[in-house]
Amino acid sequence: MATTATGTSSYTADHGHAHVDDRSFLRKYIFSTDHKIIGIQFLLMSLTFLLLGGTLAMVMRWQLGFPGKPLPGGTLLPETYTNNGVVLPEFYNAAVTMHGTFMVFFAIMPLLVGVFGNYLIPLKIGAPDMAFPRINMASFWTAVPAGLLMLAGFFVEGGSAAAGWTSYAPLSARSDLTGVHLGQIFWCLSLIILGLSSIMGSFNYITTVINLRAPGMNWFRLPLSIWALFVTACLVLLAIPVLSGAAILLLFDQTIGTHFFDPVAGGQPLLWQHLFWFFGHPEVYILILPGMGMASDIIANGARKPIFGYSSMVLAIIAIGFLGWGVWGHHMFQSGMNPTLGTTFMISTLLIAVPSAIKTFNWLGTIWQGNITFHVPMLHALAFVSMFVIGGLSGVFMAASPFDIYIHDTYFIVAHLHYVLFGGSLFAIFAAVTYWYPKMFGRMMNPFWGKVHFWLTLVFYNCTFFPMHQLGLHGHMRRIYDPTQYAFLREVQPVNVFISISAFCLFATQFIFAANFIVSWFKGEKAPMNPWLDNGLEWTVASPPPHGNFGATVPTVYRGPYEYSSPHSDQDYLPQNLPMPGAASAHPQPAGD
Amino acid sequence: MGNFLSWMLPPGASTFVGDIDWIYYLILVVTGIAFVLVEVALIVFLVKYRKRPGRKATYVHGSTRAEIIWTSVTAVVVVVIGVLSAPAWDKIKGRNGVPPDAMPIEVHAKQFEWNITYPGADGKLGTTDDFTVRGQLHVPVDRPTVATLTSEDAIHSFFVPAFRIKQDAVPGMHIRVWFQPTKTGEYELGCAELCGLGHYRMRAVVTVHTQADYDRWVAQQAHSVAQR
Repeated sequence: MATTATGTSSYTADHGHAHVDDRSFLRKYIFSTDHKIIGIQFLLMSLTFLLLGGTLAMVMRWQLGFPGKPLPGGTLLPETYTNNGVVLPEFYNAAVTMHGTFMVFFAIMPLLVGVFGNYLIPLKIGAPDMAFPRINMASFWTAVPAGLLMLAGFFVEGGSAAAGWTSYAPLSARSDLTGVHLGQIFWCLSLIILGLSSIMGSFNYITTVINLRAPGMNWFRLPLSIWALFVTACLVLLAIPVLSGAAILLLFDQTIGTHFFDPVAGGQPLLWQHLFWFFGHPEVYILILPGMGMASDIIANGARKPIFGYSSMVLAIIAIGFLGWGVWGHHMFQSGMNPTLGTTFMISTLLIAVPSAIKTFNWLGTIWQGNITFHVPMLHALAFVSMFVIGGLSGVFMAASPFDIYIHDTYFIVAHLHYVLFGGSLFAIFAAVTYWYPKMFGRMMNPFWGKVHFWLTLVFYNCTFFPMHQLGLHGHMRRIYDPTQYAFLREVQPVNVFISISAFCLFATQFIFAANFIVSWFKGEKAPMNPWLDNGLEWTVASPPPHGNFGATVPTVYRGPYEYSSPHSDQDYLPQNLPMPGAASAHPQPAGD
Repeated sequence: MGNFLSWMLPPGASTFVGDIDWIYYLILVVTGIAFVLVEVALIVFLVKYRKRPGRKATYVHGSTRAEIIWTSVTAVVVVVIGVLSAPAWDKIKGRNGVPPDAMPIEVHAKQFEWNITYPGADGKLGTTDDFTVRGQLHVPVDRPTVATLTSEDAIHSFFVPAFRIKQDAVPGMHIRVWFQPTKTGEYELGCAELCGLGHYRMRAVVTVHTQADYDRWVAQQAHSVAQR
């Protein structure tokens, strides 16, 4: 955490005298109650897990592209992982499981909710901090042991959990079936603890948005990022307890001899799937809604134009928040669930395409007749739109239950979910990190290396994931350690080789981002207050903002956040807190009050 | 490598090919059109409305008319896809979809093998001439077969890509799945649900015989069972 200190020291030096800041180093940067520091703490933690999850993906891609060949550096791993450097099925199944677990629970979800929920909500609604700052701190410090416990699985006998990130029972419940005992228990315990962190975070966000909005910041002046984070927090609050409950039942099955999911004593394996996906499908929207919201903010900024159809964008977010609860069965079409339910879930799943389509058309409407600036965050936000379209459309194939019979549990699903979670969520995260980096750290990221990283990522990402559609159409199953076991898959093995090489390039490209992130922190150009000429309240305070955000005077809000190119202003933007339209021309850089 | 960018489905060998593949091609065309429209519009807008000095973006907040059009068009398209797909689902997976004259077999999955019980010469399961073979699925062509799927341990998934059929085998449940092969030859049966360390090698050979060949194979098996 020493690095955090460097990043924010400029603020403490400047403002230490104005604000009674007798907090110790520990209080300022480690056990801080400041939502901005907590957001940055979540950022560092989840980027670390993103790197770990990516590393595990490389292990999988090595094995799939070159089955039986020694993994580079594989001989350094313990012999329970590799044999003469060759990845063992034990390690492969662990990598499959922990890649999914890290990415969903410890990377993408905290990046969206933990980082930007924390950092943006108070700043964007004009609040000095979260409604419950201490609970906010507790939320982060609960996530840390959860992450460490999940990691610890790799270092205990039997290795980490290996039943897939979906942890289907009875495989996950019985160590005689997986060969993993402690690792599966750690998986359950870690997610139960992480659930507490998420619940503490979510009611904090909900309360803050409802109660701490600045004067004039009514609901329909909220930025779409805040709407999305608000609906996401509601989904988290309602969905996570279901996962926690299911994980507790699974933990009991593993440890104290209950049989909730074991048919031998009257349990029901499908109960796990119903519980998991009742959580899991809202989770899918938890992982995409904040990205949609932040991309909306950034696209309006880049296009210098009001967001197209603000109300329908808000309604679409709310509609997804409701419909998301009624589609979980589409994960279970082939599970043995009553087939009549299959038809019901097919229709509800197809209908949820409607709000997603509305959002896409509105993003197109926003750039139409704009005056588009291609800054790095804008590039990522546009890639988000164009990749999310592919992920959304490929979802229609599996929603149609008869065709899902064929592609369920194949690489078509892997392609689809990565177009949504990488093409969608992760591009939105790159957009958001590069957009709010100057505010967080007071320095600009290097735009040249930002663009290099963007273009290489876009190309290698598509080379990696697009051909997975073809593999799936060929019948290539997921989660198989060695596809060459099957004659019908040997003929598409060259596609696996191509995907693996692309994936290695994609992974390598991310070190450009990491280097840009770290170097800019120390050596980046000093960020002005409002580098993107944005209307939001966070851009009316210093970069980084002082403790307490807006000082003694709470900003007053006069309009929505998307008043770009307004005829009332000579500039092409009009900050939310500027009192008199028309008088704006005299104040290109409004100072906050 | 021929499959690299092919959007065609591989050749199939059951009646479900006719029920399922056209749905795929229909969705491919519909989503293909949507994909091209959206991505082309995106690229055209990005080029046409790129930043130029002295220009200001048009100050508009939306269009109710456009919203109504694209919302209702999308809703109609997805509902039509759903309505067109539903009959195939009922036929393949519906409780009443199994043809009454289908030949019954039992498929018992366990880590990491498929054990298939055949009804013998009398065509009925539960009689003394039943026999069980590991790792080989033999079925007659042009005649429906109904398999009762069970599992010994974890969840497995019965997947024959050439037949376009997939169904999980869940411990504690008896799940019926049927198919009717249309071409003789050898195919592969794989496990599609992660079931443990040997999941990747949980495969079996599927042989589709003519009825006469199938009867001969059954007689041969019955003979070798009797000798044991």
